[in-house]
Amino acid sequence: MTALAISVKDLSKKYETGFAVSHANFEVPLGTICGFVGPNGAGKTTTIRMLLGLITPTGGTAEVLGESITHPEKYLSRVGAMIEGPAFYPALSGEENLKVLATLGGYPIERVSKLIETVGLAGRGGSKYKTYSLGMKQRLGIAAALLPEPKVLVLDEPTNGLDPEGIQEVRDLLKKLASGGTTVFVSSHLLSELELISEYIVMLRKGEVVFAGSMQDLLMKQQPVILVKTESSADLIKIVEIAHADGHRATIRSEVAHIEGPAEWAGTLNKKAFEAGILLTQLSPQLPNLEETFFEMTGDRS
Amino acid sequence: MIRVIFAEWRKLRRPTLFFGTLGAALFFTGLTTTFLYLMIDSEQGNSDRGRRVGREVLNLAGGSVYGFASVGGLLGIIALCVFAAQTSQEYTYGTLRNLLVRQPGRLRILMGKLIAMKFFALILVVITAIVSVSLSVALSDRAKVTTDLWFTSDGFHEIGKTFLNVTISVIYYGIVGMILGLLLRSPISAISIGVLWILIIENLLGAVKPVFLDWMPGSQLTTIAQGGSADISYLHALTLGTSYVIVGAIVAAFLFVRRDVAN
Repeated sequence: MTALAISVKDLSKKYETGFAVSHANFEVPLGTICGFVGPNGAGKTTTIRMLLGLITPTGGTAEVLGESITHPEKYLSRVGAMIEGPAFYPALSGEENLKVLATLGGYPIERVSKLIETVGLAGRGGSKYKTYSLGMKQRLGIAAALLPEPKVLVLDEPTNGLDPEGIQEVRDLLKKLASGGTTVFVSSHLLSELELISEYIVMLRKGEVVFAGSMQDLLMKQQPVILVKTESSADLIKIVEIAHADGHRATIRSEVAHIEGPAEWAGTLNKKAFEAGILLTQLSPQLPNLEETFFEMTGDRS
Repeated sequence: MIRVIFAEWRKLRRPTLFFGTLGAALFFTGLTTTFLYLMIDSEQGNSDRGRRVGREVLNLAGGSVYGFASVGGLLGIIALCVFAAQTSQEYTYGTLRNLLVRQPGRLRILMGKLIAMKFFALILVVITAIVSVSLSVALSDRAKVTTDLWFTSDGFHEIGKTFLNVTISVIYYGIVGMILGLLLRSPISAISIGVLWILIIENLLGAVKPVFLDWMPGSQLTTIAQGGSADISYLHALTLGTSYVIVGAIVAAFLFVRRDVAN
């Protein structure tokens, strides 16, 4: 049996206006990077808050590192978290802010300067937090989450406000932490980023889990797509007819035919188009990606 | 708990907060004590609300701390503002979630913060007491006040008693600020409602019907600092003031422990 970092069973949070999270079930194995995705208001932050003991569930149970979330004091010393962006005291320096948390958690103060360096804030640790850019605040938030040298790291939108270089640094850092045995539970709206680093995915929609499992299993659920362009747009209809004749679903979007089918069928299509006198200008099989799959499963293209 | 106290102290000791608060406290202490002596012969009075405090009072064993006792209420309001801001800003900055992730024992967080802030208030009271007594000694000659009884055993007893009363009053005011901070979760609301109530509403109610002041929380806390007044006995003020603070603290702590942290 795989050891679990997080296990959620039937977890719910109901407010007067309705369910923020409804009967959620998912598991996150130890030492993996798990992406936590869903449209705005899907219940991601509420779930994270319940896992961290900040809000009380109205139903169900959950465990973090084998301990029930009803006793967060039993596991929080091994958990690092950044929830809904970084939050610090503006009048204190970045370094002093971390020292407040290190003192509170009982961690060695010497760890602070090392972490400041790790997240790329060396030389700015002494500056007041209120003078930081959004990216710097984000880096400090990650440093705070790393203070306990966590077994489980929970990050809510960690790449918000970071430049491409910063995003890559965070990606590398998370990979490095996971390779060292840390479980990373990360929510982000940058699905392409999550696709690059996550082995597991939990997908929420309107408070309900619509998928929880390995990234591979998720992408396998979706049909690969072959994109086809023709010299004459009138020929696209003929291409769609050829696809239908072979039992593949096909639609035309923005003068491109989208045909659901395996990459190998692209050769057959090419031959049939040639025989029908259609000149193809593009024929590209595409594997499903997280973004497309996400839209498909959540029905949200906003 | 000790970790919470030290973490909170890191925030309280920052120079702008520490010296800013101390500066305000010293300003009011200096002003009150100076007026007490320099305006001793003024027709308009030399104490709060135009009261006249003559040489016959200041010559007594408790004369050295009369100014300090008078400023107790203002020191209390300063403490109220600091405690309220330090508590409620955890909500407005969103830092409460960080604290609770690192220390999930909510009562422990609350108690640790309170102890650290009490220590802060104690430093404030000690320094203002030293300054007020020193100013009183320095101005006594000019005001023709005799200091013979000030530093006798009775005099030291009065100094100790006043110091204790002002400390209790300032800490109670601070706890009221903390309660308001926890209930309102916004520094502006907590401070403005607290100060508005104590400085304006209580005085208006007292002007309409003086007996109201016998039951108002701010009036009790100020009376504790003064060691009792002509209208309210020290015991009444201490009992009622303590009751208000305990009930308020229990309600606020209960809500703090039970409430979801959603910001």
